Order: sequence, then structure tokens, then C-alpha cells
Amino acid sequence: MIRLVPRTDTAALLQVATPVMAVLATMLAGGILFAIMGYDPVAAIRTIFWDPLFGPASGYSRPQLLVKAAPLILIASGLAVGFRAGIWNIGAEGQYIIGAIAGAAVALAAYPAPEMWIFPAMVIAGAAGGWAWGMIPALLRNWFGASEILVSLMLVYVAQRIAAWMAFGPMKNPEGFGMPGSRNLQQYPAASNPELIAGTGAHWGVVAALVAILATWFLMSRHIRGFHIRAAGIAPRAARFAGVKPETLVAFCLGLSGALAGMAGLFEVAGPAGQITDQVGVGYGFTAIIVAFLGRLHPVGILLAGLLLALTYIGGELAQLTLNLPAATVQVFQGMLLFFLLGFDLLTRFRITRRVTA
Amino acid sequence: MTDAAVFRARGIGKSYPGVRANDDVSFAVEPGEIHALLGENGAGKSTLVKMIYGLVRPDQGQMLLNGQPHQPADPRAARAAGVAMVFQHFSLFDALTVAENIALGMENPPPRRALSVRIAQVSQDFGLPLNPARRVATLSAGERQRVEIIRCLLQNPRLLIMDEPTSVLTPQEADLLFATLRKLADGGTAILYISHKLEEIRTHCDRATILRGGVVVDSCDPRDHSARTLAAMMVGGEMRPIDRSGRQSGEVLLQVRALSQAAPAAEGTALKGIALTLRAGEILGIGGVAGNGQDELLAALSGEIRSAAGTILLEGADLSRQGPEARRSAGLLAAPEDRLGHAAVPDFSLTDNTLLTAGARKGLVRRGLIDRPAARAYAEAVIRAFDVRTPGPGTAAKALSGGNLQKFVIGREVMQAPRVLVVNQPTWGVDAGAAAAVRQSLLDLARSGAGVIVISQDLDELLELSDRFCALNEGRLSDPRPTEGLTLDQIGLMLGGAHGMEVAHL
Repeated sequence: MIRLVPRTDTAALLQVATPVMAVLATMLAGGILFAIMGYDPVAAIRTIFWDPLFGPASGYSRPQLLVKAAPLILIASGLAVGFRAGIWNIGAEGQYIIGAIAGAAVALAAYPAPEMWIFPAMVIAGAAGGWAWGMIPALLRNWFGASEILVSLMLVYVAQRIAAWMAFGPMKNPEGFGMPGSRNLQQYPAASNPELIAGTGAHWGVVAALVAILATWFLMSRHIRGFHIRAAGIAPRAARFAGVKPETLVAFCLGLSGALAGMAGLFEVAGPAGQITDQVGVGYGFTAIIVAFLGRLHPVGILLAGLLLALTYIGGELAQLTLNLPAATVQVFQGMLLFFLLGFDLLTRFRITRRVTA
Repeated sequence: MTDAAVFRARGIGKSYPGVRANDDVSFAVEPGEIHALLGENGAGKSTLVKMIYGLVRPDQGQMLLNGQPHQPADPRAARAAGVAMVFQHFSLFDALTVAENIALGMENPPPRRALSVRIAQVSQDFGLPLNPARRVATLSAGERQRVEIIRCLLQNPRLLIMDEPTSVLTPQEADLLFATLRKLADGGTAILYISHKLEEIRTHCDRATILRGGVVVDSCDPRDHSARTLAAMMVGGEMRPIDRSGRQSGEVLLQVRALSQAAPAAEGTALKGIALTLRAGEILGIGGVAGNGQDELLAALSGEIRSAAGTILLEGADLSRQGPEARRSAGLLAAPEDRLGHAAVPDFSLTDNTLLTAGARKGLVRRGLIDRPAARAYAEAVIRAFDVRTPGPGTAAKALSGGNLQKFVIGREVMQAPRVLVVNQPTWGVDAGAAAAVRQSLLDLARSGAGVIVISQDLDELLELSDRFCALNEGRLSDPRPTEGLTLDQIGLMLGGAHGMEVAHL
């Protein structure tokens, strides 16, 4: 029988080394996979990881890096706070969708008023929508002991149905010639989330992501609430003894991560996506889980991991265009990344021994 | 060479990374002898018996059982050779009956009916009343221990090892145990008895081997020595006598009235109508066998569990509905039994662990912001004042030995100058030197005018510290009695006497 024996000598350096090893292993395994499928592995890896930044078309793809990384980082920094406390919000995708809908609702209701307050109000509405959607699993856990993992995940599918209903029903563009989808907010200046510096891809969501990184770093390392969150994740009884109410912590973590995911949804729908459609959710909420873990639940790590995962999105699309790689390439890469990360993590914390069962 | 000894160790040595657990240990256990293995925590007692029982292999030396080389590869081989062991922590299934549990622990269990008859036989022969048909969940700690002992006796062992067996027993139950052990010894079984309780070793053991730092420092007849000299051999120096002087009881600080609380978890104990009064300068001792509501009482006082309004009053202010932080601000502090994971976060540094309880009273947290330099300074102050042996405040709590972490945890609370401090098992698993330091610090705290509640299973500790004593039994607290003049027998009766003293049903 194979047994896992805890290591007593886990080096701190490995904490940083495992994500790097996971990325390299993903490249290697991905290359082998492409070779089996009949593609040139070196070209494929270069197209995904190199060309978006330094290749011939990088002028187009480089700004995309921030566009894709911003929602990932914004969502992941919220998720990481909860994960530190052992509170597992798997439904950021749903909170992202509801945030997008709530924020867009403000804009569509105000249309075509030109006032300055509209965009800030949308941001608040987006955060509130995501917060409310996150509070559902929080309250169900606090009142009935329901697993927040399952409830938050299932609420993603509810949110997707609501998005489809909105796109085909209440939010449908009255001037859209019957096409599904809301008005395009990019064409509504008071409500749009434009590129702030031309050619960088940086919109308000990028600013929000950086603020979120700084704020969660401050929370986790300087504030007593962050201290309590870390304590609750490692030693729940000690946290209770310190005075932490588990119910409060559940509500705080799910509310915070929901609000940040909702804001990410709003920035997306008011900016790069432009409108509410039944395809509002593009998987950022799920990919952000990988970002959080790849970044070791640490703000700086999340910043780097968010940029890397954004790269796989862009590179994957580029590989589809130039090499005819299948569209699932990105998901396969992201899945392998998480798999290798968890695998290497396990190996750094446990030794595998073979032992004959007594 | 003819060797009458049942067991003999010659020059046993065992090293772990960084620790020499046993060094050149030699001793012999004669047939019919109750042989005490005496030493502080970390003296190497456990390592030694683990080698005898086949859980660990020695690096050097030789063991002989009945004159034959004894090198068990695993506990099964040790059992086959005639060694049996009763552990401090029981391995019994609550949902099964006594007989089923015993059958599970045997190599070739006889048919159920025959086994029940044998259990009844052994339990009668050795005066261990036990009904084979009862479910283990309904048994007291003493009765559970009897299950383990009978399981061992059914193997007819030549050498029976008992690891701190009385730590979970009431005095009456302990007496019953010693009567059984004496009967066994008279029948020729050798008994190796591990303990650090000096009095019981002096009254019940024939021979004592004393370990210190992994080395045999002495071997003697414990009846010839006072507890004081035995303690001196054990710790390697004179024990500083505890100073109880200079305390006067003053005004009422803490009042608990009709505190009832449902069990917080399935295996917990409900609190039933707890009432107590604590005065300034006083130490109230609460005795009782583990699992009778000690953890729940501490949680209700610390604020981890909130209770009905009007049940807990500190200097007249009702704290029943307040959480731990508000209670600390008001001056009611607590130190739970479990150091790692409850009183401290194992992976956090000592600096961070001060933030767990001292944030408000020591100004380490202001308006939610952590003042790390202040926390570090406070951790250093605790380390200095309580002689905590550690490289520094950056060390993780889990890297400290039990005694040092306990000194830190108690020191962290004491140095906050509480009005009332509640401690649960303050010296459990702590070496004698650290235990004395912890006890003295509690006495000093009371002398400075605070009230202290000591919840403990160690009756000697309670008699040494407390002014008044009450017993916690199945969630009920007895009326307090002045400790002076209280005998161990009276205390035993307060603790509910021996469970299951009735004759075993056949």
C-alpha cells in the first residue's frame, strides 16, 4: 500500500519554488500533449507563452494582458482571504455575473443621462450585487450549516440563467433589432469603463485590482481582522478563544470575495465586454481560484499568477488563430497548472512510502 | 549466568535527531515486583517502554525477557513474547460493548460466550468489577481502563507495563487499581509502572528506577525515601518550596449563578446549575475527572460559549452575553487546557500569539491595527519574566516544549494583570520545574489581589494551591469546602467516588 507520511522539514523556499515548478511541468506536459496531437510542441509553447508579449503581433496582445489579468486578480485577492480562513467560495463566477447585471442595471435605468455619478454608482451596485450573491451561501451556512462550497457553486448556474433571462428579456436593447443582449455600454460615455491610457489596456478594473492587492495585503498582515482570519484557518479553536465569531468570519469572507467578484463583473461589462449577454460569465471566477492558489494566497503572488493566467488566455487564442490548436487548449493548460501545483504541494509536505499493510 | 529477572535492560541507547532519548540504560524487573519508572516529562520513560513494547527499536544495548533476547519487531511480537501494555490514552470503540472491544484487541478471540465467561472470571479474580455486556460509551474513565487491563490480562503477560494509569482516576479508583496490581504481582507477574506521582510510588511500588535526561540516575526502594528526596533525584536539585503566604481574601470579584448550558457537541458535557463565588486574593480549585464539564466551564467563563443573561458577573457587571474580547477588556481572562491549537496557534510565532489575547489590554492592537514592535516587546517580556526557553519571540509556538509553551501561555495572561484568571490543567504534561514556576505565578497573581480559578485533575496541585475546593462531576459543581483539613478520601467522595464499585454482574 502507498502511504503519505508528513514531512517535518518543509523548506520555506519550496513555498515559492512549487508554483514555478508547476508552470514548467505544465509547459513540458503541454508540449508532449501537442506533440502527440501532431503539432510542433516548441512552436505551440512559444506561441502561448512568448509571442503574446514579444511576438510579431504583440502590439495587439500586450494590452490584452492587463484586460484579462485585472478581473482575475481582483477576484482572486478576495477569494484568497476566505481561503486563508478555510472558507471556500467556489462561486465567484456567479457573483461576477450578478455584479455585472446589477451594475449594468444602474446604467440602463439611467440611460441616457450624462451625469458623472452614474459610473461610480454602477461600481457600487456591482459590488453590492456580488456581495448579496455571496451572502446567500454565507447565511445558509450560518443558519443551517449548509456547505458554502456546494451552495456557492450551484448559485453559479442560477446566475447564468438569470443572465440569459436578462439578455433576452428585461435588459434587451430596445433598439437592437430583436438581437439578444443589452445596450452596449461602451457607446454610453457616462457608463463606460474606457481604456485610461491608450495602448495599455488599463481600465478602471486594473486600478481596482491594484487597490485590492494593496488592501488585502494590508488586511492580512497589518489588521487584527486579517490576523483572526489566518488564525481561524490554522487553528479554529484558538481563533474562537481569541474572540472570533465563526459566523461573522463566514459572512465577512464570502461578502468580501463576492463584492470584489461583482466589481470585476461590472468593470468587464462596462468595458471590454460592453453589454449583458447570456455569455457574460467567461470563466474568470473559476480561473481566479487557480490564480489564488498559484499565488500562494499571497497578494504579490496573486499579482504574478494573475498575469500568467492572463497570458495563457491570450496565448491560447493566438495558438488557435495561428496554429489551429483546439479552443479547449486554454482550459487544458489551466487544469494542468492546478493539477501540477497541487501535486507538487503534496510532495513538498508529504513523503510517499510503500508499506506492507499489517 | 542465571537470571531470575523477568525483564532486564543492558546499556540501552536511543537517539532521535538532536536528542539523546536514552543513554546506557540498564535495569531489571524481578518477578512479582511492582517496579516504578520515575522521571520528568522528557526524561526518556516513554521511549524506553516503547522499545520494550516493540514500537521503537533501540540503537544500542540488549533487552532480555525471561533470560531470552527480546527484540520485538512490532507490538504483536512483543505481546507474543509476554509483554502487555496499558496506555495512558485508551483505544476503545465507544459504540461497542466491553466484550466486543476486548475481542477486537485479541489475536485469536474465543467465541463470544466463552469470552464473556473469561472476562467475568478475570474481573472477579482481580477485583475489577466490569460487566462485559455494557457499551463502552457509558463507562467512566476508570472503567475504560479496566477494559484495557482485562484485555491485557487475558494474554497472561509476564510483564505488564502501565503508562501513568492514575492520571484519569479518582483516589478510590486508584486504590482499586493498586489492589489489582498487587494481586497480579503476587501471582508472579512483573509490573513496570510509569508515573511522576511520588506519593503513589512511595506507597505502592517495590522498586524505583529514576531517569533524568535519558540516563538512569538512581535505583532505590521508594519506601525508604521521602517524596522530597525522590523529587530531588528526579529533577536533579532541591525543589523550591511553594510560597503561599501573604494572601487575604477581599471583596467578591466573580459570581456565577445558575449557569446551565447544553452540551456544545455530541461528545461534550452539559453544565447544570453551576454556582460559585470568587473573592479577590483567593484561589478556587475545581477538581474532577476529565470529561465532566471542565472544557465547557472554561469556555463559558472565557466567553467562547455565551450563556443566559445574569449568569456570569464580574464585579457586578453582567458579562454572560459578552464575547471573549469584551470579557478580557473587563478583566476576566482564561487559559485553556490545550496549549497547541486552543491557547496558542501552533504555526504562529510567539509574537503573533500574544495578539491572540493581549491585543486590547496591552495596547498591541489599536483601532484594529497591529503594533508588531509592541507585540514583539510583550512577547520578549513574557519570555524573560517566565523563563521561557526559546531562541526568541520569532519562534513558532509548536517548536517549544510543552512546559515552555505553557509558561508562555500562562505568562501571557498573568502579565496582563487580570482581575480574574481561569486556568484549566495549568501543568498538564509539564515538567516539574515548569509546573512549580506556573503554580508560583498563580499564587503571586492571587497575592496581588486577583482571583484565580484553577481547574485541574491533579489533586496534589489543587491541594497545594487552592483556598477552597469544589468538584465538578457530570456538569455539576459541588459546594466549595476549605482546602485546609480536607483529606484525599473526602475529595474522592466529592468527585463522585469510584464509578462502578458495585460487584460485576455475571
